Amino acid sequence: MKKKIRIVVARLGMDAHWRGSIVVARALRDAGLEVIYLGNQMPGTIVATAIQEDADIVGLSTLSGNHMILAPEVVRLLREEDVDGPTVILGGTIPPDDIPRLKEAGIAEVFGTGTSLKKITDYITGTSLTTQGDYQKST
Amino acid sequence: MNNQKDRETIESGHRRSNGEDSFKNLSGFKIKALYGPEDISHLNPETDLGLPGEYPFTRGIHKTMYRERPWTIRQLGSLDSPSRANERIRQLLKMGATGISLCLDMPTIMGKDSDDPLAEGEVGSCGGVAIDSIEDMRNLMEGISLDEISINFVSNSQSAVLLAMFVAVAEERGVPLEKLTGTMQNDILKEYQAQKSYYFPPRPSMRLTMDTLSFCNKFLPRFNPISISGYHLASAGATPVQELAFTLANGFTYVEEGIRAGLSVDSFAPRLSFFFKAHNDFFENIAKFRAARRIWAKTMRERFGAKDRRSCILRMHAQTSGSSLTAHQAENNIIRVTTQALSAVLGGTQSLHTNAFDEAVSIPTARSEKLALRTQQIIAGESGVINTIDPLAGSYYVEALTDQMETECYKYFNEIENLGGVISAIEKGYYARIIADSAFRYQEKIEKGKRTVVGLNEFFEEEEIDIQLREADPGFEDEKVSGLTDFKKNRDHALVKACLNDIRDVSQGSDNIMPALIKAVKSCVTLGEIIGVMKEVFGEYREDYIY
Repeated sequence: MKKKIRIVVARLGMDAHWRGSIVVARALRDAGLEVIYLGNQMPGTIVATAIQEDADIVGLSTLSGNHMILAPEVVRLLREEDVDGPTVILGGTIPPDDIPRLKEAGIAEVFGTGTSLKKITDYITGTSLTTQGDYQKST
Repeated sequence: MNNQKDRETIESGHRRSNGEDSFKNLSGFKIKALYGPEDISHLNPETDLGLPGEYPFTRGIHKTMYRERPWTIRQLGSLDSPSRANERIRQLLKMGATGISLCLDMPTIMGKDSDDPLAEGEVGSCGGVAIDSIEDMRNLMEGISLDEISINFVSNSQSAVLLAMFVAVAEERGVPLEKLTGTMQNDILKEYQAQKSYYFPPRPSMRLTMDTLSFCNKFLPRFNPISISGYHLASAGATPVQELAFTLANGFTYVEEGIRAGLSVDSFAPRLSFFFKAHNDFFENIAKFRAARRIWAKTMRERFGAKDRRSCILRMHAQTSGSSLTAHQAENNIIRVTTQALSAVLGGTQSLHTNAFDEAVSIPTARSEKLALRTQQIIAGESGVINTIDPLAGSYYVEALTDQMETECYKYFNEIENLGGVISAIEKGYYARIIADSAFRYQEKIEKGKRTVVGLNEFFEEEEIDIQLREADPGFEDEKVSGLTDFKKNRDHALVKACLNDIRDVSQGSDNIMPALIKAVKSCVTLGEIIGVMKEVFGEYREDYIY
């Protein structure tokens, strides 16, 4: 049997906005992934959990504007701890100008406002890497 | 029109392609193609509607409504630093805002000082202001008439402390407490249900809320100690009817608790206020606001025995729906906000906040904020909708929908009662389950094209998001932390310790906590220090996540 993809989902720092992370967690669970939902955590705890849970992916959610400081911190700590660590992805209210800088800092993909669940699920399960038009009825 | 066959033709004649979800409102009610006299045949205009300003207030809470004075145009005045927020407040007032709401940054919301290790990267976040101490409150309120401009503090778990700071600053400035106006959101129940910015368990949190309520009841008769908020429930995913039912049930819980705390219902109920969302479905909002007033009035009179008419009046603030805004084709949000705002006005709100169109991407710019404010001024000044009071009363559709909202609400009230009341339902995970479920279904409908979002699942265009964004101030966090370090250095440390000990003692007992808090903030004790001590006494709440 194929091993289930394991993903740690966390709300970054203190950000209380939980709707997006919960909805995404449910969609991933429904898509057959093993989801470990952490709620709010600082980078240190997120990384410790990811290593302990042998996660393939770390999914971070934030809408509060802390992403430029805390998201790269997760990547940095992971690299310190574990060379072949999990892929870090980020979702939330992220100004477009920040995305290239986040990617440079090692965030594999950024899912901004308006991203469909399908796009996130497809990205994680590796079935599709289309980037636009994911809400069209035809798909 | 009464011909059965004609009716069937009308009902079947739809061309929309949203499948079984065609013509459903956000609460999931199936909307008929046509409403007629038979839909409101049971309606008794005298007892079900009343005149504006008269029980059960379905038609509005004032006799004259907007003809005498339009609603309060209340916009967000917060920004990272207290003095910059102060500038922004003055700017908004200059542009014609008549009320102000203030959001807090995440550390303040979570009861932490700016120098807390967990505050890293969050100081001044979310367009909220960072409040650590009385010094911040002084700077925030400088030059603002505390007895004229109503400031709505979007503050919850830490409300008792912020109220103490507000009172302390008013006393310093010689403003008599009985003249102080404003609102503390202070609605802890919806924190557990939706917004999730709590630290103490529900019961000690409720005690703090009751302490502020009793204190205001005694000393700040013009101040609203609680703004019972459905907005956050709806933003987290609750449907409009769930928002309405849960919010009213929370309101009734505060009334029960107030009575249990020894207050007479008519002494505090008139100061309870409400906050609802104006979402996308135009008539659903209007029906929701009308049903809210009627249910509240009837329950206050019939269940709680309120004698004062003001206890039966549901006063409300409304805000357009941030969660309905899109990052794609963001200018479309201007139109969304306009129709939502119009529905709030036609629903009879007392106060309104219109969102800025760029909020799905970032903290609003000065330009988008001004446009949001002007939207309300155009509705008030140009559209003519304020010329007559409650223009939609008697509409077959609006009245039928108002009734339906009311009926459906009682189903939720019964469910909550069967779980042992609101706090017990929170502890049993009832709200977390229902709201997460509604949020998921809403998203699913958008993804499957069953609910149209223009620019996202219909009329999509390949585009870069290229709107101008507000520049954050990268130096602010360091500046705030170093200011706080100095503040903490230059104070009477023995006094700080004594104040914190007092707070610990009062927290363990049952006396009103407000006097100890006011003394503490005047003695330069910080918000984070106070909440820290309270956590030692009250403990911290954790919930099981449901998704």
